[in-house]
Amino acid sequence: MTTRTVKFSIYRFDPEKDAKPYMKDYTVELDSTDRKLLDALVKLKVVDDAISFRRSCREGVCGSDAMNINGKNGLACVTDIDTLKQPIQIRPLPGLPVVRDLIVDMTQFFKQYHSIKPYVINDTPAPDRERLQSPEDREELNGLYECILCACCSTSCPSFWWNPDKFVGPAGLLAAYRFIADTRDTATNERLDNLEDPYRLFRCHSIMNCVDVCPKELNPTKAIGKIKDLMVKRIA
Amino acid sequence: MSVPVRKFDAVIVGAGGAGLRAALQLSEAGLKTAVLSKVFPTRSHTVAAQGGVSASLGNSEPDHWHWHMYDTVKGSDWLGDQDAIEFMCREAPNVVVELEHFGMPFDRNADGSIYQRPFGGHMSNFGEKPVRRACAAADRTGHAMLHALYQRNVRANTQFFVEWMALDLVRDEQGNVQGVVAMEMETSEVYVFQAKATLFATGGAGRIFASSTNAFINTGDGLGMAARAGIPLEDMEFWQFHPTGVAGAGVLITEGVRGEGGILRNSAGERFMERYAPNAKDLASRDVVSRAMVTEINEGRGCGPNKDHVLLDITHLDPEVIKSKLPGIREISIKFANVDPIKAPIPVVPTCHYQMGGIPTNYKGEVIVDEKPVTGFYAAGEVACASVHGANRLGTNSLLDLLVFGKSSGNSMIDFIKTAPKDLPPLAIGDVERSLARVERLNQQSNGTQVNDARAAMQATMQKHCGVFRFKDMLAEGVAKILEVEKMVKTIEIADKSRTFNTARLEALELENLIEVAKATMISADARTESRGAHVRDDAEDTPERPNGRDDQNWLKHTLWHRDGNQLKYKPVTMKPLSVDTIALKTRSY
Repeated sequence: MTTRTVKFSIYRFDPEKDAKPYMKDYTVELDSTDRKLLDALVKLKVVDDAISFRRSCREGVCGSDAMNINGKNGLACVTDIDTLKQPIQIRPLPGLPVVRDLIVDMTQFFKQYHSIKPYVINDTPAPDRERLQSPEDREELNGLYECILCACCSTSCPSFWWNPDKFVGPAGLLAAYRFIADTRDTATNERLDNLEDPYRLFRCHSIMNCVDVCPKELNPTKAIGKIKDLMVKRIA
Repeated sequence: MSVPVRKFDAVIVGAGGAGLRAALQLSEAGLKTAVLSKVFPTRSHTVAAQGGVSASLGNSEPDHWHWHMYDTVKGSDWLGDQDAIEFMCREAPNVVVELEHFGMPFDRNADGSIYQRPFGGHMSNFGEKPVRRACAAADRTGHAMLHALYQRNVRANTQFFVEWMALDLVRDEQGNVQGVVAMEMETSEVYVFQAKATLFATGGAGRIFASSTNAFINTGDGLGMAARAGIPLEDMEFWQFHPTGVAGAGVLITEGVRGEGGILRNSAGERFMERYAPNAKDLASRDVVSRAMVTEINEGRGCGPNKDHVLLDITHLDPEVIKSKLPGIREISIKFANVDPIKAPIPVVPTCHYQMGGIPTNYKGEVIVDEKPVTGFYAAGEVACASVHGANRLGTNSLLDLLVFGKSSGNSMIDFIKTAPKDLPPLAIGDVERSLARVERLNQQSNGTQVNDARAAMQATMQKHCGVFRFKDMLAEGVAKILEVEKMVKTIEIADKSRTFNTARLEALELENLIEVAKATMISADARTESRGAHVRDDAEDTPERPNGRDDQNWLKHTLWHRDGNQLKYKPVTMKPLSVDTIALKTRSY
């Protein structure tokens, strides 16, 4: 990679001065060390300090800089600039209210996450040492606990777009299964009751956008399938 | 002036590991607690910790807290306070088991116990041979821990103020702390959070350097606020350069890679650490490994077209071990170095990683100035200096620090709040007005300095003048330069004046905090004319009386930088532990 010029079209909206959102074109000179989309956004902000976006760890683990990149949700900090078609179209995550530019109001997303009781429930007295768990049982949590709550999945899901207040969404359901799958958690029945509802779980129609966009390569659809299986088994 | 005031028993600034652990104590005690964070809690930088959290659980082989204590004192190059170090190492097994009970998804041994791996500087039997002490969740320990702590706080109904930035500390005429001034980022509304007890858990300030493993948000906000409020900063010359940042990108590659068998090689393919640390080799302490790497590069044995890095090699490990124990590292290598470590070694270079110094506290989390606690003020985690890390921190002791001192400061706050008068005293207005004036100056400034220009000047100066190896002349020049940068910061200007989620304003306010840390660092480093731990200078000669350039006769003491006049004062190191014998001064070798 060398020095190069890259073209962007970025969604802009400041409710204080803009009647409605608009797309604004930018051209930025990038150095050979600017490899990720976030590097380019940081450079653009030096030129126009009003461009607003969240960012923190810049290594794909904090989940701050999720956005819609050329029509697909992803994290700016792990997206290679040179793989993207120009002008690179950058928009906020779809389906959530926009606070400003690329910053969305994530209240509804976190509300759904909180609704599944995202913590281990175990009312038996804690032992003096760690609760034991076999390596095989611990392996059940792989592909679940790594979620970074970036919201790429839920905001790519049509079911979440239509019913963000009623459908838990892929991120919340992945978390729900993370606790169901944990041998240390004793509340599986209560958790299934909490999801037994026409909307909360069953609005998932296996469209699998969530799997397609997850920057951590997790599979919420599979986790949702496992919860549905448990529901069926419970009835039987 | 009419700033709305919100009243609490306790206010905690920062929702990383330390803030969340403290919040849990306070929430579960039923106290009215506000937790303020610039970011949603799980975005705090604790999330990026990888390798493990240390505790002498002895799950794979014999271990003892006393050995852990010995390693920590030795790692600190005897600058750590031995009472705090004993407290931390004794508490370690308790807080780690507690974390497991909170739901932390630790990896497991065949018997179901918590998996532990070797880490740099962790040895059995008082320095004999490496021991498995780092409790790990793959190479995502920080992520797993931060989420588990957040989840436990959801259960405890902790009240969070998400995306609120604290601006300044509020102290009354007696110096007692009354809370903080804070800004809601979405609206730019400014409030006072008044409380009986205030905890700073704001993390480090690694962003003073150009090349850092730290997140964008690590801007030393707690340090800047403390310094402006007249609290000195302790041992700020001691910064850890982590041996293995991805060359060019700065992203962290955990020491756990070497714990699992990874080897550092120079351009000749040589395992050079055998020459620098014949016993511990690649698992020597971080300061030792970083210096060895820079020496290899400086002597022309670096790798790549510019000979500017070395290689971290794990190609000899079983690919299944890499996939199960180091999946995050593999992901980072592929994304940031274009290298699959199963097939080829990772290019790495020492990168600024951790601030050993900070706000002076004792092991109870109380902020200590002039040997007395500052009433109502507490600090824990990277922002604090207890001091357990001294001149060099051992890997995995940072996550432990968050748990132990987050909990102990929470407990100290509970005790204090119980005995404090029921009604809050009248609010002192001076500090609030000073804070508002800072925001107003930014709103009015024109023809000033661009935030990015001042920040880049600061970062370049710190990188060049205060790095892995330090030089007398460069430090003196660095002090002059950083004071020039301070003048630039006084006139920083923003074009964006919107009140809605103004990130330009936030970056400007953050820079005002960073510059305090940069000054403290450069001035403290310039004054300390010895080599100790991570602070190594060319004019501190290696003699029989001063092995490795360490001068215990004159410099076995903590630095205290005061913002007012850039004064330096010093205080003795606590050599007496709580219950065991002092770990006596010794030449440090691995």
